[in-house]
Amino acid sequence: MIEVKNIHKKFGDNLVLNDVSFNFQRGKTNLIIGESGSGKTTLLKILIGLYSFDKGSISYDGRIFNEMKLKEKRLVRQEIGMLFQGGALFDYMTVEENIKFPLTMFTNQTEEEKIERVNFCLKRVNLENQNNLRTSELSGGMIKRVAIARSISMNPKYLLCDEPNSGLDPKTAILIDDLIKEITEEYNITTIVNTHDMNSVMQIGDNIAFIHNGEIWWEGNKEELIHAENKELDEFVFASKLFKRLKRNS
Amino acid sequence: MIKGLQNIGDYFIMMNKVMSRPEKRSVFLKQFNLEIMKIILSSIGIVIIISFFIGAVVAIQQYFNLSSPLFPDYTIGLVTRDAVILEFAPTMLGLILAGKIGSSITSEIGTMRVTEQIDALEIMGINSASFLILPKILVSIIFFPILIILSISIGIIGGWLGGLSVGVPTSQFILGIQYEFIPFYVTYSLIKSIVFAFIITSVSSYYGYHASGGAINVGKASTKAVVYSSIIILIFNYILTDLILSGISF
Repeated sequence: MIEVKNIHKKFGDNLVLNDVSFNFQRGKTNLIIGESGSGKTTLLKILIGLYSFDKGSISYDGRIFNEMKLKEKRLVRQEIGMLFQGGALFDYMTVEENIKFPLTMFTNQTEEEKIERVNFCLKRVNLENQNNLRTSELSGGMIKRVAIARSISMNPKYLLCDEPNSGLDPKTAILIDDLIKEITEEYNITTIVNTHDMNSVMQIGDNIAFIHNGEIWWEGNKEELIHAENKELDEFVFASKLFKRLKRNS
Repeated sequence: MIKGLQNIGDYFIMMNKVMSRPEKRSVFLKQFNLEIMKIILSSIGIVIIISFFIGAVVAIQQYFNLSSPLFPDYTIGLVTRDAVILEFAPTMLGLILAGKIGSSITSEIGTMRVTEQIDALEIMGINSASFLILPKILVSIIFFPILIILSISIGIIGGWLGGLSVGVPTSQFILGIQYEFIPFYVTYSLIKSIVFAFIITSVSSYYGYHASGGAINVGKASTKAVVYSSIIILIFNYILTDLILSGISF
């Protein structure tokens, strides 16, 4: 579980996060939703220590992350798999080398063991036998799937995903959502997905935090979301006619 | 002024991160070999071409400048030798390589920064500054002197052929390059090349590592890296010349 307590973050005079507290639960897909500029990505980057914050605390299964020294933080980070918005694959490496990279850095596995693990991860994301493709040869959906394969190669305890569906067609987006949910349940990991895609919310939202103006405005699950009486949440989630109809019919 | 001081502070903070022990020796050696290819081997062609023609031009210019019965023909060899060893090979080549290698380093690291590849390294628990920059710095300070020796040799060959084309006999040119030779000049040249190698790679890496935004900003960072590397090289050229040459009496 990742516990966030009373996080405050300012960029200059601009208060981006105001007293944000939330528990991201293990074995569930935890969603951070909100409009662009609401503070979602900032919160995600704070969680992994890429941004500092002004007040509050973050703990990974009881270990206070913000009180750790850099070396200790690096050890915690080795337990985190991160899926970036653009994939962040190393473009001078092949698919196989990308997935093998964390194994080479942090394990003493033999080459055969590493290849076996790479093939397992590729199979898990339905990209078998694509080992030797270069990142420039991959489609948007494939990049995301290779990035997921890389992030699970080290058996992470935590999986953080920043806008996993951005730039993908609806069919591929659903595939990625399903994959994230399956991996979360299969390995019983704490997954955090940062999204503003309402299809994702309805598909995989086990535990949802809605951020508005830098504050946690609402929290619950996808069923509660449909019946929630919250003006700002309504305006955000049910902005499209389709979702408005869905809410009326429910 | 404040921005300048902030840049200097950030540079030293980054260098503090760079100068740490590599996480895994085998991976570091692989990176090291890759950098030899990218930085040194890819520069050999340009070093040979530039050194040859500059050597030839220096010899021809000296022949016409010193066309007096008071100056024997061997003076052409002597002047070419000293010009190439003292200034052309270390400083001019340093400035040229600041353009070629410096812009390539900034673009590479800057692109990795804006596409979140550096963030991906950090989240894996890797010291990204050390992983990316240390091999570049070590390769350049170890192998730049070799490039400079190559440049000196080719420059003198160019001078010989240039001299031959205007009628300086080979025997006179060889006498010139041996006449009153001070071996310490080569040491001085190599000391300068090591300092310039460090400046080029560290300053270029700094601008790449701190790039933000998109492709246009990476381009701007590359330009800045080349400009500032060149200025710092010229300043250190003056300081080193004053310190080293004024310290010895002939």
